[in-house]
Amino acid sequence: MIEVENLTKRFGSTLAVDTVSFTVKPGEVVGFLGPNGAGKTTTMRIITGLIYPQSGTARVNGKDIWDEPVDVRKLLGYLPEATPLYDEMNVMDFLGFVATVRGIPPREIAARVERMIEVCSLQTMAFKDISELSRGFRQRVGLAQALIHDPPALVLDEPTSGLDPTQILEIRRLVRELGKEKAILFSTHILDEANKTCDRILIINNGRLVGEGSPHDLAAMASGETIYSLEFKGDTELLTEKLPDHFKVTHSRPGGEGYTGLELACSDPADHSEELFDLTVSVGGKLRQLSRKEATLEDVFLELTKGGEA
Amino acid sequence: MRHVLAIYRKELRLYFDSPIAYIFIVVFLAITSWLFFRTFFLIRVASMRSFFAIIPWLCMFFIPAVSMRLWAEERKTGSNELLMSWPLQEWEVVLGKYLAALTVYVVTIILTTPLAIVVGALGSPEWGVIVGSYLGCIFLGAAILAIGTFISSLTSNQIVAFIVSVIIVAGLTIVGQPLVTMFLQGPLTVLVPYAEWLGLANHFSSISRGVIDSRDIIYYILLAALPLYLTVKSIQASKVG
Ligand SMILES: Nc1ncnc2c1ncn2[C@@H]1O[C@H](COP(=O)(O)OP(=O)(O)O)[C@@H](O)[C@H]1O
Ligand SMILES: [Mg+2]
Repeated sequence: MIEVENLTKRFGSTLAVDTVSFTVKPGEVVGFLGPNGAGKTTTMRIITGLIYPQSGTARVNGKDIWDEPVDVRKLLGYLPEATPLYDEMNVMDFLGFVATVRGIPPREIAARVERMIEVCSLQTMAFKDISELSRGFRQRVGLAQALIHDPPALVLDEPTSGLDPTQILEIRRLVRELGKEKAILFSTHILDEANKTCDRILIINNGRLVGEGSPHDLAAMASGETIYSLEFKGDTELLTEKLPDHFKVTHSRPGGEGYTGLELACSDPADHSEELFDLTVSVGGKLRQLSRKEATLEDVFLELTKGGEA
Repeated sequence: MRHVLAIYRKELRLYFDSPIAYIFIVVFLAITSWLFFRTFFLIRVASMRSFFAIIPWLCMFFIPAVSMRLWAEERKTGSNELLMSWPLQEWEVVLGKYLAALTVYVVTIILTTPLAIVVGALGSPEWGVIVGSYLGCIFLGAAILAIGTFISSLTSNQIVAFIVSVIIVAGLTIVGQPLVTMFLQGPLTVLVPYAEWLGLANHFSSISRGVIDSRDIIYYILLAALPLYLTVKSIQASKVG
């Protein structure tokens, strides 16, 4: 279990992480979604004890980063962004070294390394120097390194960046598999990926958490609105007046041939198309087109993160 | 200790898997042997005096070349992110890396001992002086290496680490030399003993005389311990930044 409480981290004048709180429970893959520079890496580095926040704290299985940083690291597997590794070592030696510093008893190291090579499908690369590996294999060595001590919590910083589609699918499958028991925090700047891999998504922008929920919840959240667009000919003012309270006119423009293009935001997620149709008839107008659009996860994401561009 | 040992073994392998250690050893041996045999053939005296006299000046350049990569390289490739995410204490990593670099240096110094055997075969040297001088070499190197380690932990650029270390070591070496102390005149003469005490090479020459004085040993131990302590602090400080 990873618990993050009111984390704040400033680099000079940049507020990289701003009072962020969340938890990741065992058996849960939580997507940490946000554009570049949002503060994902900074948050993850704090959890791993690589840097300290100005205020707030993080705990892993109850161990606090301030009080027991070494114990926190024992409970974590961490895959840094861009997968830095010791390029001069070969895969076997590197994993053996990690096993040693991870405190695995010498008698068990060979078996554990063997197991990681299997889990991460590194058989063909076992005796290759890490510098010779392709991006996909490097990433797997990075994962093997994070998993070798079978930690209860994993922090993976953009584990699929730079991989081809097949490799991405493999990594996602592995993450979902591991996520059955472990608490996994998985960062990405790709919405679709968070959607497909994670049980729950945290959206971060400019250092602040701006949204949280299952992929389904977030789509429903859709800023709480459904958009109806229609082309109407008749008494627009009367129609607007008669609209029920859950509708709000967001746009109105001439649509040609005497029609007016209207866009209505509806705060009720249920389908109100029929109601709208009947209303236009009741005010004696004509309807040329009527469509209803639910906001997608993309819209939510764009909406929630648009503050950042300013 | 297991952690220190694991880091030590990894670092030592990185030295000997790459050309650095070999280049270091070969060049160091070539220069010292050349100086040794030159005096040997020119003045027909088999003595190690000129060999030991040159050691502080060689160490000034050679040891920063060994220490420059210790931290700077990790910072540059980002592998320190990985290293520090493992359950290691900062001092364990600092010590493991330091001892590995020290091993490269000590091995090099040991490889110069055939020169002493040549001297022994050709004459009757004062063995006490030779043993003392070798001990001095190790202490001197250990102190310079600690300074280089600290400087390397402050930058991600190996060349910068090298140059800054050489400058600092050079400063510490010449501060006790007559070259500097002769300028301390008038009221400044009170500083002369301090400058001499601070000088890296002065303690080396007194150990080389075969007199093992605890003050010299304490000086070198302090000079090795302080930069290593500062290295641990600088790594801890970079986490708060
Ligand atoms: N070591 C650092 N020094 C200064 N600024 C930093 C440092 N690390 C991150 N930042 C800044 O903090 C913000 C968040 O960065 P980061 O956490 O890397 O975002 P993400 O991983 O979401 O792309 C960015 O504006 C970045 O420039
Ligand atoms: Mg990042």
